[in-house]
Amino acid sequence: MTDSAGRTPAHSSRDPRRFPWQVRDSGQLLLVVAAGVWLVAAVAQTAAEGLRDPRIAIAFGALIAFGEVLRLNLPGDRETAPIGFAGALAYALLIKVGAHVVHYSAEQVVTVATIGMIIGALPHLAVGRPARVSGMAVRLLCIACVAYTFRPLAGNSAVEKHWGLAVTLMTALTVIALLLEAVLTALLRVDEQRARFRVALVDEMRVQLPLGAAVGASALLIAFAAEVMGLAALAVFTAPLLVTQVAFRRYAGIRATYLQTVRALAKVTEIGGYVEAGHSERVSRLGVAIGRELGIHEPQLLELEYAALMHDIGQLSLHDPIPGGATVLVSRQDQQRIAELGADVIQQAQVLGSVAEIVRRQNEPYRDTDHAANGRAGLVPSSKPSGPPPGPPLSSRIIKAANAFDDLVGSSLDPGRAAAAVQRLRLDTASEYDPATVEALSRVVNRRSVML
Amino acid sequence: MGKLSRAALIYIGAVVVSAVVLVARGPFAGLRWQYVVFLGILVIVSESRATQLRKGQLTWSSSSAAMLASVVLVGPVGAAIVGACTALGLRRGPHLLQRVFNTAMYALSAYLAGRAFLAFGGHVGLPDEKSFPAIIAPFAAAALILVAANHGLLSGVLWLTRPRDQMSSGSSGAGVGLSARLLLSDLGYAAYGLLMAALWSVVGFFAPLLVLIPLFVARWAVTQFAEQQKAYEATVGALCQAVETKDFYTRGHSDRVSRGSVMIAREIGMRGERVEAIRYAGMLHDVGKLGVPTKVLQKTGKLTEEEYSAIQLHPMRGLDIVREIGFLDEALAGIMHHHERIDGRGYPMGLAGDEIPEFARVLAVADAFDSMTSTRSYRGARPVAEAIEELRKWSGTQFDPAFVDAFVAALKREGWQLSEPPVIAADDLAAVTAQDHDDPGAPLRVIDSL
Repeated sequence: MTDSAGRTPAHSSRDPRRFPWQVRDSGQLLLVVAAGVWLVAAVAQTAAEGLRDPRIAIAFGALIAFGEVLRLNLPGDRETAPIGFAGALAYALLIKVGAHVVHYSAEQVVTVATIGMIIGALPHLAVGRPARVSGMAVRLLCIACVAYTFRPLAGNSAVEKHWGLAVTLMTALTVIALLLEAVLTALLRVDEQRARFRVALVDEMRVQLPLGAAVGASALLIAFAAEVMGLAALAVFTAPLLVTQVAFRRYAGIRATYLQTVRALAKVTEIGGYVEAGHSERVSRLGVAIGRELGIHEPQLLELEYAALMHDIGQLSLHDPIPGGATVLVSRQDQQRIAELGADVIQQAQVLGSVAEIVRRQNEPYRDTDHAANGRAGLVPSSKPSGPPPGPPLSSRIIKAANAFDDLVGSSLDPGRAAAAVQRLRLDTASEYDPATVEALSRVVNRRSVML
Repeated sequence: MGKLSRAALIYIGAVVVSAVVLVARGPFAGLRWQYVVFLGILVIVSESRATQLRKGQLTWSSSSAAMLASVVLVGPVGAAIVGACTALGLRRGPHLLQRVFNTAMYALSAYLAGRAFLAFGGHVGLPDEKSFPAIIAPFAAAALILVAANHGLLSGVLWLTRPRDQMSSGSSGAGVGLSARLLLSDLGYAAYGLLMAALWSVVGFFAPLLVLIPLFVARWAVTQFAEQQKAYEATVGALCQAVETKDFYTRGHSDRVSRGSVMIAREIGMRGERVEAIRYAGMLHDVGKLGVPTKVLQKTGKLTEEEYSAIQLHPMRGLDIVREIGFLDEALAGIMHHHERIDGRGYPMGLAGDEIPEFARVLAVADAFDSMTSTRSYRGARPVAEAIEELRKWSGTQFDPAFVDAFVAALKREGWQLSEPPVIAADDLAAVTAQDHDDPGAPLRVIDSL
């Protein structure tokens, strides 16, 4: 006990590799610097050459700024600017406007896009909601890649003659740009949230796919339509994408409200004195961190979050609150009955069937099975039954461990106490807690004490 | 779909006949049939993937884009034929008469849009770069006419076929009107029609397929939203029931208060969004009861001042919880003050008359009514007539008279689904309260001195 308690804080203060600004956000910094360098080079070049096709540049710049003003928040704490991104991609892929062939360079594309984005970000800044620079940098890098690839080819006579080739090329580049955005954003999230890359990438693509498809299609459509409609294409095209964006805004809005509501209503147990203040929130945050550590995907992570927030709801039916809300002190049978009551309540919200299941089985002891022997138990997602049931689902195991940890430690920030609690859980691992989960818990807790 | 009134049948007949006549008149010469076929297929695909907005009554699809493209490419008659292709939309559900009406409605709207296009100077055929920007004005006119005709004809039939119980109320509530939001969406998608027509000359048949992608994505987002909305309601309902696990007798109370409040709100003609908010206010109004120690709720004798004030605090406690939920602004005030009385002797703040927020006054009536008409541990359920008498008795002192009248009127019309007497499990973990603070007939008894 003294060993781990003594080592962790000392280890962090003496670690020469970890300077304060490098503990987090190192990936973000790298990204922003890369984008910045590229930008500076592009602006310099454009300034030297002068702005070509200024009317077109201004029109697209305005569209990009407009798109940036209408920034959108997607579920899972993501920020995106679909109209701006589509406009910038279209500008990079433009061949003709009306009958007039355009002649600007890739550097000009990057310059116009950046200026548009910055102008669009100003109103938000004025209201006190600064944009995520990392998000903007990601978009800029994707646009730069497309521009530098396509602009030299745009003037090529082969491309002009065979429009089939042009269409294929443009489509391919759009898809690549969207994939690149997903990859870079996933990398950022790995950095920020300690998620695993492959999991983060799959989650990112799943969330971005619908809107990304709309963005890509719209970008191609503007680029094609400009040939026929001239700059009127920008005006004509914006309305439908706006409608799409409104629909997404409402969707994201209600997702956020949902989470807000569950968080708020879960506090009911605290007001009644059934659990310690802040317990549900802490268990939920800890549980989600452990889940990420173990590579759980976002949809299941959300279920885990809900389950963790509501895991004590069964206690509401108790005659008298358990002192301090510590269910570890109550008999196994009573614990199970409380869990059942809670699960029944949650079951009523028909959509939360899997959440109810997680809550129902949160007290089940972890038993050693063949899966555990292979060491794979910790990696099997909660909802997939593979052969004979190997004990409670992963999410339940996580909640059990996180709940016990919080019952022992509470809101205390003392790293020694935290380490002692982890050790106690470890000692119980043979029958009670899943070893992989406890190890993940230990890593998460250590990271937290490092950051203090 | 119930029996239709004579007026409704005449209306539908008129629409169908005009559509048929206008289309049959032609002219069919010079009609580019390959465009008609292709656009018809697009329309059928859009219709098959239409979004259900109101069960059995209303759906929305993105077919307006294809119809406006046809206005430009094949003129009014062609557009009408394309519109009529909606009849072939592979979708379960619509009654035959509904299908016939929809087909005629689309054909008629498309025809009128086509005429508007020509009237404002548009030319039928593939647009090229010389057509722009001159084509935008006639196209915009066509789009406006299409959407206006569609929504207008649809509103007409919805009005004429609205359910009987809504006919007597003068309210222009959420029942019949089509939202402005749908109108704007349709106009937005209309822009795509021009795009489709324009792109045809550049990339041929490929581009309209590309156009469908953003349309379907938007539709997907709308469906997701609707699903989340349902999930949200189910969840709030379930969690509110969790509050009621404290006492078997109050199970379902929040749900019934919610329904009662909505009845009153609709009766007095509240706007749609406020009705939604009051529904949630009803569901969440007693969430603060958790803050009251169980032993107080279970006490059968008189309460001490301390215990009474613990009960009095529950609206505030409820507020602390609900405050964190973003969209419930007006509902918050309703929850906080739902135990105020008109004569100013309520709690927590002793507000009187109009000082009490509207939502709170509505909740008070519904809350008391359900309490009286449900079984309690200390008395059986009272019949509805008696409960109404009580409401009337205390109208003006405890309750707002206007809302009492509205509630009684709504009750006479719709009736009230009584709660079932609860079955107590042998489980001793569940709690039962001995006094109900919502019951106006059995107010909490306070010991004057300790």
